[in-house]
Amino acid sequence: MTSNHPPKITASHVNVFYGAKQAINDVSIDIGNDEVTAFIGPSGCGKSTFLRTLNRMNDTVPSARVEGEIELDGENIYSPAMDVVQLRARVGMVFQKPNPFPKSIYENVAYGPRIHGLASSKADFDTVVERSLRRAGLWEEVKDRLSDSGTALSGGQQQRLCIARAIAVDPEVILMDEPCSALDPIATAKIEGLIHELKGRYAIVIVTHNMQQAARVSQRTAFFHLGTLVEYGATSDIFTNPREERTKDYITGRYG
Amino acid sequence: MIEHTVKAFDDDIGELRALIAEMGGLAEQAIGDAMTALKRHDLDAAARIIEGDRRIDAIENEVERLAVRLIALRAPMANDLREVVAALKIAGVVERIGDYAKNIAKRVPLLEHHGDIEPLSVLPAMAKLAAEMVHDVLDAFAARDPDAALQVCERDRAVDDFYDSLFRLLVTFMMENPRSIGQAAHLLFIAKNLERVGDHATNVAEMVYFAATGIHMAERERGQITA
Repeated sequence: MTSNHPPKITASHVNVFYGAKQAINDVSIDIGNDEVTAFIGPSGCGKSTFLRTLNRMNDTVPSARVEGEIELDGENIYSPAMDVVQLRARVGMVFQKPNPFPKSIYENVAYGPRIHGLASSKADFDTVVERSLRRAGLWEEVKDRLSDSGTALSGGQQQRLCIARAIAVDPEVILMDEPCSALDPIATAKIEGLIHELKGRYAIVIVTHNMQQAARVSQRTAFFHLGTLVEYGATSDIFTNPREERTKDYITGRYG
Repeated sequence: MIEHTVKAFDDDIGELRALIAEMGGLAEQAIGDAMTALKRHDLDAAARIIEGDRRIDAIENEVERLAVRLIALRAPMANDLREVVAALKIAGVVERIGDYAKNIAKRVPLLEHHGDIEPLSVLPAMAKLAAEMVHDVLDAFAARDPDAALQVCERDRAVDDFYDSLFRLLVTFMMENPRSIGQAAHLLFIAKNLERVGDHATNVAEMVYFAATGIHMAERERGQITA
């Protein structure tokens, strides 16, 4: 790691199987606390699968099996003592397609704090909703119509609403699985600007097919190929002078 | 090297490399031609060299246009990006080398009575060495060969030695032949131009090395890189 801080997440020798098929092969990686980490690689390389191990989202896939250790602040998240609901509050997730609840904008953001008991009074909820929407860069656009349905927003606004929803439970890590792939370039630029704003407050891990996006938003980049971590390093090094031939072939558009 | 998935990308880079090779060949030839024109006092040949420099300038513009387009449309990465940036910089340097050849050609009409200046006999050998450095460094670029680039750098010392000895010879000559100081001064400038050609070829070699390896030659020499 380049920073002096201990890593936020440490994964050691992680293997993931879907039934008999091995999707992730012995991946070890440290995720920094105050930076954005990008996972890149061709389709089917395991980058999304690996991202989903970081908040045990793969638990929802019956055939999935995870081996190895993943520690969040030194605590094994696959330990039987780990409360998975609590874990997913600490490690939030934003998906490829914006998926707001079919509820009001206000309720979309207030939902998490409510089920986690993070707020009780109306004033508390108002505060957390406004703060989350502000951090997601959406407040000014929706403050006068908080009771409108979240699904009535534009795609880019919906995705920022989902980010606000993730932020509302005060997570430590935000995982983003191709958060801009369904958005137009302007909405994409807003999300990228937002990622930049959120850096430092949360550890952010983003999976993206858009290598320019990885280069723009991240400080560290991990290149996955066929379920293995091929190369992990400073983003500026990966995109100007990668060490591995496979990384070079992929980022220069010769493979994938 | 493996081809890009987008074939047009390879076509663009190939076009860029071909332009560099063409302008490098023209600059190298201009140096040799300028020396021949000087020896024979061939004013027509000198005029053709001066005219021919426009072509080198035009190719430099073409390289710049193509490189900017390639960066905008293809967003090259890693070794591709280093190569495009190197091509852009090399074009600028080769254009300067062409200017030095033109500068030598411009002195041909002013050097009518140089036949009796003995140091002139050293100039063609120096020019040959400098032109060979230009030739070889462009071959190194074409082959993406960092070792060949290193070898070019090592030869710059020989060009510098030529210059030092010519400088001493010409200063001695001027002291002994005060009436020919003007002529000898022109020859000194020509020697200086050739010395600069060697320096520029060395600069190109450094660019070729970085494009091929991602490591600056100076870092390698300082032993900062262990790879």
